[in-house]
Amino acid sequence: MQRRNFVKATAVTIALAAAGFITQPAVAADTIKVGILHSLSGTMAISETALKETALMAIEEINAKGGVLGKKLEPVVVDPASNWPLFAEKARQLLTQDKVAVTFGCWTSVSRKSVNPVFKELNGLLFYPVQYEGEELEKNVFYTGAAPNQQAIPAVEYLMSKDGGSAKRWVLLGTDYVYPRTTNKILRAFLKSKGVADADIMEEYTPFGHSDYQTIIAKIKKFAGEGKKTAVVSTINGDSNVPFYKELGNAGLKATDVPVVAFSVGEEELRGVDTKPLVGHLAAWNYFQSIKNPENDKFIKQYRDWAKKQKLPKAETVVTNDPMEATYIGIYMWKQAVEKAKSTDTDKVIAAMAGQTFKAPSGFTIKMDEKNHHLHRAVFIGEVKADGQFNVVWKTKGPVKAQPWSPFIAGNDKKKDEPEGK
Amino acid sequence: MIPRVFLLLMLLLGCAAQAAPNPALVRQLAAEESDDKISAIQKLALTAEPEALAVLQQLADGSLKDDKGEEITLNNRVRRELEGALAVLKLIDPDVNVRYKAVKEVATNVDAAMAPMLAKARDRETEPKIRAVLVEIHAMATLKDKDPKIRLAAAKGLASSADPNTQAALKAQSEPANETDVEVRRAAFHSYLAVKDRLTLAENIGRVFSGLSLGSILLLAALGLAITYGVMGVINMAHGELLMIGAYATYAMQGIFRTHFPAHLDWYLLAAVPVAFFAAAAVGVLLERTVIRWLYGRALETLLATWGLSLMLIQAARVIFGAQNVEVANPTWMSGGLEILPSIVLPLNRIVIVGFALFVLMLVWVLMNKTRLGMFVRAVTQNRAMAGCVGVPTGRIDTVAFALGAGIAGLGGVALSQIANVGPDMGQGYIVDSFMVVVLGGVGQLAGAVWAALGLGIVTKFIEAWSGAVIAKIVVLVFIIMFIQKRPQGLFALKGRFVEN
Repeated sequence: MQRRNFVKATAVTIALAAAGFITQPAVAADTIKVGILHSLSGTMAISETALKETALMAIEEINAKGGVLGKKLEPVVVDPASNWPLFAEKARQLLTQDKVAVTFGCWTSVSRKSVNPVFKELNGLLFYPVQYEGEELEKNVFYTGAAPNQQAIPAVEYLMSKDGGSAKRWVLLGTDYVYPRTTNKILRAFLKSKGVADADIMEEYTPFGHSDYQTIIAKIKKFAGEGKKTAVVSTINGDSNVPFYKELGNAGLKATDVPVVAFSVGEEELRGVDTKPLVGHLAAWNYFQSIKNPENDKFIKQYRDWAKKQKLPKAETVVTNDPMEATYIGIYMWKQAVEKAKSTDTDKVIAAMAGQTFKAPSGFTIKMDEKNHHLHRAVFIGEVKADGQFNVVWKTKGPVKAQPWSPFIAGNDKKKDEPEGK
Repeated sequence: MIPRVFLLLMLLLGCAAQAAPNPALVRQLAAEESDDKISAIQKLALTAEPEALAVLQQLADGSLKDDKGEEITLNNRVRRELEGALAVLKLIDPDVNVRYKAVKEVATNVDAAMAPMLAKARDRETEPKIRAVLVEIHAMATLKDKDPKIRLAAAKGLASSADPNTQAALKAQSEPANETDVEVRRAAFHSYLAVKDRLTLAENIGRVFSGLSLGSILLLAALGLAITYGVMGVINMAHGELLMIGAYATYAMQGIFRTHFPAHLDWYLLAAVPVAFFAAAAVGVLLERTVIRWLYGRALETLLATWGLSLMLIQAARVIFGAQNVEVANPTWMSGGLEILPSIVLPLNRIVIVGFALFVLMLVWVLMNKTRLGMFVRAVTQNRAMAGCVGVPTGRIDTVAFALGAGIAGLGGVALSQIANVGPDMGQGYIVDSFMVVVLGGVGQLAGAVWAALGLGIVTKFIEAWSGAVIAKIVVLVFIIMFIQKRPQGLFALKGRFVEN
């Protein structure tokens, strides 16, 4: 072989090999791709990183037991960086380039709103694992977190009850975006229906990533000092909660005087806070790590082992929380639906999702509603303990059906409890 | 509330029964229903024995176990009842501090039936501080007495209060629907106005303080930039990342203290101050030597290059420390607050930061005005060629000045780590604020930065109190744009020949 030919031949071989290497993953069809769309940086990383870990853990567990339809699941993790338009771009990338069968992702409602059109246009499938404000029912989305009637309304009812302190005045405090605004609109209507006057409700919003809560705490103190028992409903999201609770503790606002109930604060968010001054403040969820049952013990142990194996930062202190449980339930229900449909085709899986059940770590057999794409879930209200865990002080007797269209918003009674175009 | 009243009476008469706490009652503390728990607490408290007190104290601390050895859980309602009962029991504690805490607790929930007992407790109290509180809560308790004379005395007596609850009670008492006696109504209204004035004053003090606190944070964030941009003219978009380096240095020191000197963990912050300064300064030297010095005098290129550097530093932090925020705990001496009036508590961490800002400001002032290095820096910025001619090593001075600015930013990072979240992109949130302060204050003027930071802090807090945080941010930015339109040189302008350069 002549030298020139040798060089040419080598170049051609390398080029072919490179081409083959690039195209290979697209050719291989023995895996099912699963998209994971959670912020791993930015203001929401505090909450969303754990959901990515939970999803990966569940996927590994499913693969260890033989995968789905005999195929292994292949996770595709992307980082939309708490940047809402980037969520839509990454979602499009997952659906068009990676061709994922299903995506687990989003935390804030604004990120979900930004990806909804993408999933609709490309007929993808999204599992959304976080409590939210309702007022939405997309054919391409399954909501495994709570609707307002499964979290916000019971929490407020509890605070109105004797055990909750018979609150008469309300501070509705939130981050300035769609979830807190809508939730507070629903809560305001609900409170009015219970005879609370407008003067007894104070609504306050802060930007994302806000870190100076002095003025707001001072305002809450003043409002609470104007007589009658006051409670705070917090829909603050992301890492702003850390400075908020720090300030609350430093200002000496105790839970016995002015209890704060939070809808976006769980075990994970409290990991970065000294919880001793916060004892007695509340959170409402459909799951707490402190719930005792064999499924939950297994779930907690599994996640702790996973954290150690993955060498997550501070793996010895990891906790489980509601959206993590919702992610876990979502992945298993999707698996069951795919097995029932014998296909990963979006429309077939959507049809097969109706009525799926799963024995969840919260101690109930959770059912996906036949029609409205939401889970039937039990509601728990917990008080913060000194160790950062929650002590369940109230719960519903059993799972509650979700009302994505809240009856407290005018005109919702005419809306169908089923996504359009299904 | 009745059992608390009896309890108080028995304590004051000094007739505590002598018997071990009833085991059935102790068991009832673990009952399912809150009502049962509360009744057990009340009955136990009523015995007023030291043993019963000890059991209740255990319950409050969370160390009391039920039959199964599990911790007995409380909810807010039970906890309030328990704290109230314990506070009443502690009203006769020999320790002044315990008594003071106890009267404060009793004051949060005063009942008319407690009036005679509170009067007795008041009369036997020797500590003036506690007596004053007792006088006040006794007046609160008698505000709805049957006898108009007593009501009148109570309404008058409450004029010296500074408690928001008193204000509400007095206001209610000054309305004809609740009070028939004109005299009392008038007295209540006068007292209400006095309390209201005091509370308004307290509110304004609190607001000015939070403004000062925000101002001191802005100042700490901007002071480094006041040197690099203000004095040297480098548009340093990576300034926020230098703050971040300071904050991460604090986090690293906390980690070192946790593993190596857990006994002195509370003092990690002091050790973090020099470490953060030198870490950020070292990065500053690196940036200046490798990139920025080649771009002096080319503002646009500097801006783009430093912006790129800032992205690189953010990614570096993500790689080293992870994308998630890290936890930096306040030392115990910075947790909690200082109560100056019942309605305002100044958080200790913010007080410390205001002091720290003053310290850093002094440091910079001394460095710039009282040292040879400072003189050189000023000389180089005012007239580089002339400074070079008289033997100032201008190149080296640039590096040192930039390092100084970076180091000061590192100190700002130490302060930020105590009140905000520490994460790779924390600096992005402060870069706009920092430039705002420097530009508003007048480029090249440290004094300008100080006034601008404090002014912005206080103005922001007053607008925030009136319109909420979202609007306040917008209003402040609009204000600054308009101000710069009118006065591009900022609050304080440099004067002299060199200005044109």
